[in-house]
Parts: sequence; structure tokens; C-alpha cells
Amino acid sequence: MELLVAITIGVLTFSGIYLILRARTFSVALGLTLFSYAVNLFLFVMGRLHTGQPAVLNDASSYTDPVPQALVLTAIVIGFAMTSFVLILALRAYTELGSDHVDGVEKTKKITGLGRNKQNKKKRTGAKR
Amino acid sequence: MILLALVFAPFFAVVLPFLVAQRGRTWIAVATAIAPLIALSLLLSQTSQVLEGDVISFKQVWISQLGLNLSFRLDGLSYLFSLLILGIGLLVILYARYYLSEQERVARFFTCLLLFMGSMLGLVLAGNLLLMLIFWELTSLSSFLLIGFWSQQSAARQGARMALAVTGGGGLALLAGILVIGHVVGSYELVDVLAAGELLKAHTLYPVALVLVLLGVFTKSAQFPFHFWLPHAMSAPTPVSAYLHSATMVKAGVFLLARLYPLLSGTEWWFYLVTFTGLTTLLVGAVTALFQNDLKGLLAYSTISHLGLITLLFGLDSDLAPVAAIFHIINHATFKASLFMAAGIIDHETGSRDMRRINGLWKYMPHTAVLAMVASSAMAGVPLLNGFLSKEMFFSETLHQHLLGSFSWLLPAMATLAGAFSVAYSLRFIHDVFFNGTPINLPKFPPHEPPRYMKIPVEVLVFCCLLVGVLPAWTISSLLAVAAQASLGHVLPEYDLAIWHGFNMPLLMSFIALIGGIAIYAQRAPLVRWYEGLPDINGRVIFEGIVRLLFGSVSRTLSYIENGSLQRYISLLLIAVVVMLIVWLTPLSRVTGEVALTPVDPLTALGLGVMALSALLTMGFHRQRLTALLMLSVVGLVVAMVFARFSAPDLALTQLVVEVVTILLMLLVVYFLPAQAPIESSSLLRLRDFIIAACCGGLMSVLTFAVLTRPYESIADFFLANSLTGGGGTNVVNVILVDFRGFDTLGEISVLGITAIATVALLQGLSLPRARVDNRGRPWSTETYPMVLGMLARLILPLALLVSVFIFLRGHNEPGGGFIAGLITAVALILLQVAYGQRWVQTRMGLRFPDLAAAGVLIATATGLASLPLGYPFLTSTFAHINVPFIGEIEVASAMLFDLGVYFTVVGGTLLILSGLGRIGHTVKLPEEL
Repeated sequence: MELLVAITIGVLTFSGIYLILRARTFSVALGLTLFSYAVNLFLFVMGRLHTGQPAVLNDASSYTDPVPQALVLTAIVIGFAMTSFVLILALRAYTELGSDHVDGVEKTKKITGLGRNKQNKKKRTGAKR
Repeated sequence: MILLALVFAPFFAVVLPFLVAQRGRTWIAVATAIAPLIALSLLLSQTSQVLEGDVISFKQVWISQLGLNLSFRLDGLSYLFSLLILGIGLLVILYARYYLSEQERVARFFTCLLLFMGSMLGLVLAGNLLLMLIFWELTSLSSFLLIGFWSQQSAARQGARMALAVTGGGGLALLAGILVIGHVVGSYELVDVLAAGELLKAHTLYPVALVLVLLGVFTKSAQFPFHFWLPHAMSAPTPVSAYLHSATMVKAGVFLLARLYPLLSGTEWWFYLVTFTGLTTLLVGAVTALFQNDLKGLLAYSTISHLGLITLLFGLDSDLAPVAAIFHIINHATFKASLFMAAGIIDHETGSRDMRRINGLWKYMPHTAVLAMVASSAMAGVPLLNGFLSKEMFFSETLHQHLLGSFSWLLPAMATLAGAFSVAYSLRFIHDVFFNGTPINLPKFPPHEPPRYMKIPVEVLVFCCLLVGVLPAWTISSLLAVAAQASLGHVLPEYDLAIWHGFNMPLLMSFIALIGGIAIYAQRAPLVRWYEGLPDINGRVIFEGIVRLLFGSVSRTLSYIENGSLQRYISLLLIAVVVMLIVWLTPLSRVTGEVALTPVDPLTALGLGVMALSALLTMGFHRQRLTALLMLSVVGLVVAMVFARFSAPDLALTQLVVEVVTILLMLLVVYFLPAQAPIESSSLLRLRDFIIAACCGGLMSVLTFAVLTRPYESIADFFLANSLTGGGGTNVVNVILVDFRGFDTLGEISVLGITAIATVALLQGLSLPRARVDNRGRPWSTETYPMVLGMLARLILPLALLVSVFIFLRGHNEPGGGFIAGLITAVALILLQVAYGQRWVQTRMGLRFPDLAAAGVLIATATGLASLPLGYPFLTSTFAHINVPFIGEIEVASAMLFDLGVYFTVVGGTLLILSGLGRIGHTVKLPEEL
């Protein structure tokens, strides 16, 4: 079972990170969600895999580890808050900039390293004066 | 305690100038003078003790791990310097009162001056090297503020920046040097350090420590080749130049030489480094000073030259040389400060500092002229003035050194040459300004004498020059003796402070210098031509060039790494993660650990398979956004099932409800975003991303598997054992959340609340065009609120509320709790919103969502605070068992109230986010569009 769980977490990480590396904000949000699933699962299984031993005190002799569970529970809620913030930020950026590219501009107008450098230079000399 | 009050009086007084800022310059100056006056009286009250050779010290342990103590030490040397700082400081305050005009930021100026004064006092009185360094850096900082006081002038800003860069850089070297000394000696206390001179000099690290400390000294005291910052610091207001850049701050470097003299001196390293740096500075300064056309420029280079002289004296290997050096520090401070003030008066009254235009001022300001002439005679070393005495001692010391062997004549010869040049530039200061024809095209004409009180500081200083020069034995000798003794650390050699020592070599050298100086000044025309023909080595240009080079290379490097593409940053970050993971995982001999694997059951395997497949499908379909979203929701639901399968009912419930809310939110966003994403990354780029992602995924799998197959120890037993007895609940996960780790949870619900409010801010004023057709051209339904959904939602709401109350109440003992209950309530309310619209729900609820979220955080905080008045730490919980008729015994814990706070925050926050998005759809639904 451990092997299967490990592979599944790996697959979730893989697809999450691939999507995070994409250029469109919505894909990034999808990727972040997938990746946070993977991370939550990862944290959760750090308490090892237990079957039928919830951490609710009764007459049972052994229980699962409640610490990672408590961590992951808040992580899920915070993860939701984060995802929603990213989504709404993406929406705002799309309406303000007219593009849902992560850099805020379409690739054809992409800022090259050289142009950016020039801008920086202008800023610096301006500040000096 | 007296020492503490002495050092911190100026710091506490920094607010005083601002309190009377509206009342004019006189009030401000008087308010500023209070602290130095108090400090001066405190200092003078210790005079008799200091003159007897006592050391008054104060020590308070501060950060003992670092060896940093708040310790101060008042001995002859620090007494002398404190006297200079406070005495000249008071005169400068009086002078600046008249120098600055009403329109300037006078209060700010005096505040900076006080800040500097305190730092300087701390520097000279510190009894701990680290403490001294702190004050050392503070003088650099306050000097930066003062040089840049006229911040509207670019010269002032550049000068301030340069001074800060040079002295700050030197300060860093000094810090390193002090750390080396501390490492060798084992203490930073001055008492211990000074006693360990032999130990340090025998140590292999001695040259390192020496060079680092000397770097600090040479930058601060403007020694060649770091001298270039001082002339540029002349763009400061003249009181600052008089105070910082002639009398006190630049003396900090040579003060350090005097202070650490027993620790560092007496070696060949010391002799060659200090003597030759001093000699070079002495000559370069003296020669350059003659050719300056700026009045303050001449004085600046002359200051550099005199600092070189003092440094040179400290380098010589005789006991009398430091005495001469300290004597010259006093003399230079008095005559140079008065000269700067005189230069400031001339600048003030004529509007110019150019000596080619200022001529013949004798007619217009005879009083100032007399003062300036006496002071510059002292600078030139004319008998009966204080400068003569120390210069005489200097000449005689240069004759007494023998380390150079057959080249021993070099030093006295160079000293005489420098003396001649100093006579020449002093002569130029007198002749060019007060005689030599008539003024040429002055901005203010005719010049006249300054206000009466502006001349008083100059008069006092010039009077000191005369007094010391005529009656050295009566005035200065006892103070000089204790100061020199404190510096040397042992009994002084015999010496005689007299004007007349008979006909001897030093007198002859003085005579040669005097005649030579007059000759040089008389024949200056060919010399000026020679100087102008020299290649223009401008320190400022080199400095700015180096700065520009540094900035250029940094920005080139940065623009290579930081090219503006976020995708690139993330991939670099991830590559770093992969590398780190590989580095840390490589030492594992094998991946599988010793713990036996749990058996595979087919249903779980199927679930995991579905999850992995859906994740891959989400990835594959990410351009068709709706499809990708559906696949994503499958993953989320299976995650909930996995939680349930592996003994985490709380997590399963939370995940299930959060999943619903998240997908709903994403659906809303997808509606406004373009439905499909174009292919734009090149296939090579996609391959790169694919490889990075595969590496991350693979390593994550390896890591997970490696951990899962190894035994572990957990702190779980503590929570399991104390949950019921300490927290009063059997659901350990919930007890951890609301009790054991309640502080964390408080932080988390605060984050949730903040996020919700941030989304509201982001959505402010957002209006989006509403599509009337979908991407295949089919019209959207115009029926806004479907009836069936509405009826269902109305039915579900009370049921859902009931369930959430149930989940909430049992949360402490069974799976459930505030998070889950809050999410269930939120989902029911969202359903109602979907059915009837956001406004409909809002008006009927009568509660604003932001209020709800805020109330939640406040309830949780108040619960935590409630334990404080009872004498328990923040968030201590308590519980009791209550018998309720018909229901039986139930348990009431204060943590429950905390959980209620969590509940409200979750409901408020979630609804705030979702209803905000719902609203922007409505705002554009204008009647003509429909």
C-alpha cells in the first residue's frame, strides 16, 4: 500500500508542477490546487497509514497519529483561502491587463532582458538626479 | 552612572529642538545647548579625579553571549576628547544659530548635531570595543545626515554618499579587526584588551588584525588613499565642517590609534604602515592645499595634511611621539575649527568661497581678519601660538627615529618640506583673502562684519590658541600629561613644554620651513602652472566610476537571472529544489526501509488509481478549462476518500466540504476567463517543464516511500494521553486544534479573515462583460434563478444548519468541529445564493459577512484573553460537566467558545469570497444588455 500511495503522491506532484509551470493563470491555479492536494496527502501520511484507528479516544489499544491530521486540517482551510485569493487575483489581473498570461502581457509583447535592463537604467539615473 | 548620563544626555535631548521648532532659531539653539551643558558640567565634576590619574568606569552586562557590555571608561584620553567634543560643540551651536537662515530646517540640523555629539561621546568613552564600534558607525550615519543637510544640492548628496561609503566600509573592516582581536584576547573589554598587547603581537593573526583596524582608522581620519571623501564633505554647512570634519569626527581615527597604542604599536608592521601612510598624507595634503581655490577646499586639504602629521607621529617608535600627537590633536582642533568658522563667516558675508574673487577683505571686516590671521599663523606654526609648540615637538621627534637606517634623514627632510607648504597655504589664506587687491564680482557687496555673537566662538578658540601658545605649562600640560599617560599605558618620559629650548635642530627646521614657505608662496605662479599640468586624478571620478562599474555588473547579472518571466523563476526555483532533494536523498543506501508494508486492498488501489488518472487528465485537458475543472474535482473527492480510508474522519469531512466550495469558486472564475488557453510554449520549453515536473514527482514518490517504510517516533502519545484529562475532549484532532495548539489556529483563522477581506478589496470596482453566448455560440439561459433549485435550497438550508450545529457540538468528542460546521453552513448559504442571488440572501440574513468573520476572530481572541485575568497564560482552557435534563450529562469546555469563533470566521470568510465573485456578475447586468 505504501508504494501505491507514494506513487500517487508523485503523480499528483508531477501534474501539479507541470501545470504551475504553464503560462496561463487558470492553469497555474489548477496546478496549485493539485500540488496542495499532494502536499496535504504527503503531510498526512507522515503519520503513517493506519486502518480503522481514528484518533477518537475509546477503549481501543492504539490510535493513529493526530498531529499531522490537525496540521492538515488547517492546511486544507488555508489552502482554500489561498486558492481563492489566487483565483480572484487572476481575475483582477485579467480585467486590468487584458491578458491572463502570468507575466501580465502576451508573449508577442514579452519584455526581453535587454529592454528591461534599459528601463532599470533609466530609473536608476533618474533617482540619482 | 555619571558616565551613562554623560553619554546619553545628547541622545535623550534630540527631541528638544523639535519641541521649540516653531519659536525660531534662538530657542532651538538654547534647547540644543541644554544637554551639552549638562554633560559638560558632569565631565568637569570629574576633573580632579581624572587629573590624579584615576580611571572612572561603569559596566553593565548587556549581551554577554557576544561579549558586548554597556561599559564606559573615563580616563585622561577620553576626558580630553570629551572636553573637545562638548566645548567645541557648544561653540558650534552658538555659531550655527547665526549661520543658518530662518528658512532652513534648523531644528532638524540641531537634532542631527546632537545625535552626532552623543555618538562621538560614546565612541571616546566606550570601555568595550564592540560598543565603541556601534558608536563609531553612529558617527558615520549622523555625519551622512549632516553632510547631506542641504539635500537639494546634488554635491551635498554625492558628498554624503561618498563619506558614508568610505567610512562605512572602513567601519566594516574595523569590525572584522575587532573580532580578530576579541578572538585572540578572549574579551572585548578595553581593560583586558589593553593588557594583552604582548599576546596579540606574538599571535599569527596580528598582521590581519592590525591591517583591518588601520583600514578603519585611515578611512575615518581621511588618510591617503582614502582622503578623497573629506574635500567632498565640504558641501556640508560650515558649522558641520568645523565640528565634524576638523575638530572631532575625523579625529576618531587617530583617537583609536591613541586608544589602542599599547595593544598594537611597537612592531615593524605598525611602524611602516602607520608612518608611511601618515607621511604620504602629510605631503599630499599640504601640497594640494596650496592649489585649492575654494576656501573650504584649502582648509580640507590642510586638515588632511595635519591628520597625516598626527598619524605619522603615532607611527614613530619613541615614547614622546604620541605625546606630541595628542598635543597636536588639541591644537589642530582649536585653530582649524576657528578657521572654518572664519571661512564660514566670509562665505556668509560675501556669498562666495572662491579665493580668486575674494580679495582685500581687510577693509570690510578687520575684526574677522585679525581672528583668521592669528588662527592661520597657528596653523603655519608661528611662535607664541599653540601650533608652533606641537610642530616643534614633531620636528624633534622625526629626528629621533632610527629604524630607517641610512635613510633616517628622509623623515625630517620631508617634514620640513611639508612644514614649508603649510606655511605657504596659511600665507595664501591670509594674503589672498584679506589683501591682494579688491574683491572681484562678489554676489554680496559690500561685505560687512557678521553679527556680534557669530564671532564669539571664533574669538574663544583663537584666545585658546594664544593662551596655550604663550603659557603651555600653566594651561595644558597637566591635561596633556594624563591624556598621554592614558594612551601610552605607562609612565611618561621626561619632556618640557616650553617655547624656548635654545638654538637646536627643530628650531632650525622651523626657520627653514617659515622662510621656505614664504619663498614658495612668493614664487607660486610657476608652481600653479606645474600643478595644473599634472594629470587630473580626481578621487570622486574614480569613486563614482567604481560605483558605476559595480552597479552595472550587478544589474547585468540580475537582468540575466531576472528577465521578467515568472515561468522562468519558478523553473529555476524548482530546479534548485530538485538538486537539494537529490543531494539529501543520495546518502540513503536503499529506498525501502525496514518496516513491513501494509497489505494492498483492491478498492483502495482502485481509488488511488482513479486519483492518479484524474490528475493526469487534469494536466492533459488543461486547455479545455471546464473539462480540467471536472477532472480536478474528481481528484479532490478521492483525496477525501483516502483520508477516510486511513483513519482521518475529520480530514475527510473537511476536504469534502472544501472541495465543493473550491470547485464552485473555480466555476465562477472560469465563467469570466477565456474558456480555452492557446498553445504558446515551444515544444522544447514544454519538454523542459515536463522533465522538471517528472523529477519533482519522482523524487516526491521516493521521499514518501522512504519515509513510510522507516520507523518513527511521534509526539502523538502526549496528545493522546492528555486530550481527555487536559482538554476535556476525546476527539484528539479537535482538541489539538482548539486547545493544545489554539494559538496556531487563532493565527490561521486570522489569515482566513484577512484573505477574505483582501479578495473584497481586489474585487472592488471590478466589472466584467457578461457573455450572452457560450464559446460554441449557444445562448446562455436567461432564466436567472431556476425554481426547482430554489425550492430545494430552501428545504436544505434548515437541515444543513441542523447538521452543522450537530457537527459543531459533538466536535470535541467525535469527528467534527468548528471548521467543518462552518463550511457546511457556508455551503448551504451558497446554495441559497446560487438559487436566489446574493442580494436576496444578504438582505434576509441581516448580517454582513465581514462583520461575521471579524466577530469570529474577536470571539476566539476574547476566549484566549479571558484566561489572563484569572492568572493563567493566554488561551488556557477549562471545562466542566453539566447535567442537562432529558439529554444527560454534557461537557462544556471554554475551548468550545473558541471553536465558535472558528465557526463564525469560516462562515464569514467563505461567504465573503464567494458572494464577492457573485456580485461582479450582477453589476454588469444592465437592463439594456438583457
